Amino acid sequence: MEIDPFVFRLSIFILSIFVGYYVVWSVTPSLHTPLMSVTNAISSVIIVGAIIAALAGNNEKIFNEASIFGFLAILLAAVNIFGGFLVTHRMLAMYKKKKK
Amino acid sequence: MISTNLLALFYLISGVLFILALRGLSSPETSRQGNFFGILGMLIAVIVTFLSIGNFTTSFIYVVVFLLIGGSAGAFIAFKIPMTAMPELVAGFHSLVGLAAVFVAISAFLNPEAFNLGVSGNIKLASLIEMSIGAAVGAITFSGSIIAFLKLRGIMSGAPITFTGQHILNLFILISIIGLTYFLCLTQLPGLFWTLIGISLLVGILLIIPIGGADMPVVISMLNSYSGWAAAGIGFTLENTALIITGALVGSSGAILSYIMCKGMNRSFFSVILGGFGGTDQVSKSDNKEQKPVKSGNSDDAAFLMKNASSVIIVPGYGMAVAQAQHALREMVDTLKKNGIKVSYAIHPVAGRMPGHMNVLLAEANVPYDEVFELEEINNDFSNCDVAYVIGANDVTNPVAKTDPQSPIYGMPILDVEKAKSVLFVKRSLSPGYAGVDNDLFYRENTLMLFADAKKMTEDIIKSF
Repeated sequence: MEIDPFVFRLSIFILSIFVGYYVVWSVTPSLHTPLMSVTNAISSVIIVGAIIAALAGNNEKIFNEASIFGFLAILLAAVNIFGGFLVTHRMLAMYKKKKK
Repeated sequence: MISTNLLALFYLISGVLFILALRGLSSPETSRQGNFFGILGMLIAVIVTFLSIGNFTTSFIYVVVFLLIGGSAGAFIAFKIPMTAMPELVAGFHSLVGLAAVFVAISAFLNPEAFNLGVSGNIKLASLIEMSIGAAVGAITFSGSIIAFLKLRGIMSGAPITFTGQHILNLFILISIIGLTYFLCLTQLPGLFWTLIGISLLVGILLIIPIGGADMPVVISMLNSYSGWAAAGIGFTLENTALIITGALVGSSGAILSYIMCKGMNRSFFSVILGGFGGTDQVSKSDNKEQKPVKSGNSDDAAFLMKNASSVIIVPGYGMAVAQAQHALREMVDTLKKNGIKVSYAIHPVAGRMPGHMNVLLAEANVPYDEVFELEEINNDFSNCDVAYVIGANDVTNPVAKTDPQSPIYGMPILDVEKAKSVLFVKRSLSPGYAGVDNDLFYRENTLMLFADAKKMTEDIIKSF
């Protein structure tokens, strides 16, 4: 009998939680604010779902009741992606070592 | 245009790049490269999604337009935002992730064919459950983050809002969410789906209003975690590996940060969630505080003490952020260093309004990060230091946390500031901190209170030097 694909996804999910656990514990506390802004940016990969919602439906009408929510989600996720990565970059650029 | 298997592999690559992005943050040197990995991962995910749909008609143009509008708004905010406003920015961004998750879930519910989830009115059971979880958690993240944003921005009072029966109401609502999801799966009625989202929005509000200002670091971390779980819920619905991996990473990241923040305050996560802390209803022992003698001084006294010191430790807190005193502080430290005085900074885990808040502000003021130390690294050095300069911190320096089991902050790890030969405490008045506890440090023999605005006092000390 074949394994349900859901079980595969669940495995990926559980293992990723563990990966996240160990990776985040090794983040230096002084970078906890950039950590929050970058996790913010990467969780906006939800834009992938938004793009499907906006493009993959029936194409008779560009803006139908389902796709409009996709378009709105693209807008929100885009704010977050650009804003999140850029503000993280801006913060990280400020962390400097002592001049010797 | 691109096979399903190849697509899945690309999403996996995105996921791995996101892991590397977080890994990079283990040190400031590798962090910038890590951020680049994150951007690359996002780029790959977006491009392969376009290729997989292969719909490059007018709709595609509209998608790009929406992307650019949102992107420029995001970029504009990222460049304009002052570093002191970082906590509310992060809260605001969390709300967007939450709302985006809700919108994607709604779209999937209205048009499941687009996502291969069955047909409208007959959506696959597993997908419907995943969709409901994604939508509910997304909605909680959205409304909760909005409240957090308003509190951090000062539009809404930071004081906890509590009423009788609050916890029972929350429990009741939680049960009704589970019940609604169950009936939604049975009947697939759109009305139930909308009600589910509405109630979840309400939960988000009710969850955050009882939590006081000083607990904000926990709230932000918690909402960070929720936004991850919402993304993961949508990832399961869409059967998308990149989203599942990212959701899990972000979810556990936020959870760890919440744990670190709770530990920094010696409070259980549960008691923070139940809220009510940091209000005015704390039992105050203020009756006898006015009688105790307090030594206060001016900038000349402070400059004199520091001139004769060989080592100084700076203890910044939220007050420094409020007064925007970080630049003046760094100038003062430069002056000290010119006089051959050794200076370091001591940061408490919950100083400020979000994890790492003080570190970012000091970095903004060009303080090298290898002069900035965490509590465990520096706490033993206080006994060997001549002057501790406390600027905008309060509760995290209160020795009562070590001595008085009756105190609400008893057991909280604190910076051993009182062990320094002299303590300079910059504060506007003798008022207690957010925990509502009087700070024993004010009345110590070796403490000199400097009653002034943090920025003004620091500038005056430079002049007196």
